[in-house]
Amino acid sequence: MNRSARRGYWLYLIPGAVLFLAVVIVPFLMNVAVSFTRWSGFGTPRWIGLANYERLLSDETFWASFRHNVALIVAMAIVPTLIGLVLAAALFDYIGKKFGARTASALRAAYYLPQVLPVAVAGVVWGWMLHPQYGALNEMLKAVGLGSLAENWLGDPDLALATVMAIMVWFQLGYPVVIFMAGLQRIDPALYEAAEIDGANWWRRFWHITVPQIRPETFVVLLTCTIAALKVFGPIFVLTRGGPGRSTIVPSYFSYLNFFEKANAGYGAAIATVLALIIVVITFLFLRVQERDT
Amino acid sequence: MTRGPGRWAVLSAFTVLAVVMLLPFVIVALNAVKSPAEYSSGGPLSLPHGLYLDGIVQFWQRVNFGQKLLNSLMISAAVAVLATLLSVLNAYALGIGRVRGRLWILVLFLLANTLPQEALVYPLYYIAKQVGLYDSRLAVVIIFTVIQAAFGTYLLSAVLGDFPKAIMEAAAIDGASRWRILWRVVVPISRPTLTVLMIFFFIWTWNEFFLPLVFLISNDTQTVPVALGVLQGDKMMDATMSSASSLLGIIPAVAFFLIFQRTLTRGVTVGAVK
Repeated sequence: MNRSARRGYWLYLIPGAVLFLAVVIVPFLMNVAVSFTRWSGFGTPRWIGLANYERLLSDETFWASFRHNVALIVAMAIVPTLIGLVLAAALFDYIGKKFGARTASALRAAYYLPQVLPVAVAGVVWGWMLHPQYGALNEMLKAVGLGSLAENWLGDPDLALATVMAIMVWFQLGYPVVIFMAGLQRIDPALYEAAEIDGANWWRRFWHITVPQIRPETFVVLLTCTIAALKVFGPIFVLTRGGPGRSTIVPSYFSYLNFFEKANAGYGAAIATVLALIIVVITFLFLRVQERDT
Repeated sequence: MTRGPGRWAVLSAFTVLAVVMLLPFVIVALNAVKSPAEYSSGGPLSLPHGLYLDGIVQFWQRVNFGQKLLNSLMISAAVAVLATLLSVLNAYALGIGRVRGRLWILVLFLLANTLPQEALVYPLYYIAKQVGLYDSRLAVVIIFTVIQAAFGTYLLSAVLGDFPKAIMEAAAIDGASRWRILWRVVVPISRPTLTVLMIFFFIWTWNEFFLPLVFLISNDTQTVPVALGVLQGDKMMDATMSSASSLLGIIPAVAFFLIFQRTLTRGVTVGAVK
């Protein structure tokens, strides 16, 4: 194709470019601009330079929100990836071989089912299950004689974050299992057969074949789940609204609070900008490591 | 290698985990069809004595659930179609036209896709209020069309990058215009990919919570997840009505999963490789 023939294709980018500018680029730049101001959302924003960012640094709630984010990365990315690796490998290389592919895919579907729910609906389901007065979990514990373990799972500041973490593990687990099982299908079966003939047991095959072979998928799962954990909002809004106190607050909910409940748009924008920056940096680092690795 | 009882132990461990994963679904379904009296006497684990649907009916009427379903369906379907359309136009220029600077444009789109919505929400909220689109389904449709198309463009550009050149050239020799080639050649041949993309956009938009929560505040515009999420913890809800509301949130999601199962599992893995 010569150059003039190519030039006409620009036309097809116009609708996308206009909409993209209006919905993503301009609002993002506006958000950054707002973060340098004090603004209640009405009237004229007042330029205050970096004051919002300075305030962030000494804001204990802001730091707490990032500590909770780290906890949620553990619950949403690291734990599901580790468990998912073992489950997928065992389903593929053990259950599938001993009990047939149907058993393996039925189990996979069971693990995956929570993933099909809107995350807010998953929160609604667990909110009911964990309700201190009529929730199913405490009733179940009493029914099996473990009533002493009944707790106000989401209402106790010492327990709430751990409870949210457990729910997120439940929610996320199916995603790595499905991805890893698909990834395992492209590994040459001869590798496993050769290892088996050499007398390698299941764990050795797992460590020396499955884990290294499935690295690309592991990277993608860790990256997408880490980003999801940094953005997490729905479950927090539905389950705890950041509470009790600030025991489960996360940056996205903290910025939402400042935007829509505290009429503190400038501060909310600063939190959102920092969050965006962290996500972009993490994505960049992941991609760099992945590139070097492959 | 373990033989005999060992492998059954492994299978039971996996089955137990499957039961744990599915338990909330089962408990929700069991309790959504119990009467409040039944719940308080038998607790959440007893089997229901019959189908008591009043809890579901009451909740449905109380939140006007039919309207929420319709809102969710309309918004998700509109986004699915429009975002696919926009992705096709973008990817035609980037993947087939190979316009200059396409790598940077793709990086920009991908960046937009990973950007947290929190970093766009306030200006979008402000703009929507200025132009009179606040609390309208249209605002949500426009925003998600662009956000989903950012990912769609990225994926589709890679697919169209491998589009067989010979077919394009043959059509061009026959005198077909570029516009005609797009609709008569490229779109029909890429139909399977476009269908996958459309289903993805539909489900993703259906599952969204944050932006719909901000933008759809009145009862007539809310989507299913927003309506359920906002009601969570409402003092007026008893155990059976709460489980009924959970069930109503679960059913459409599971239905889509069953309908689109193949496409989804295939698509999830395609997304991972790209």
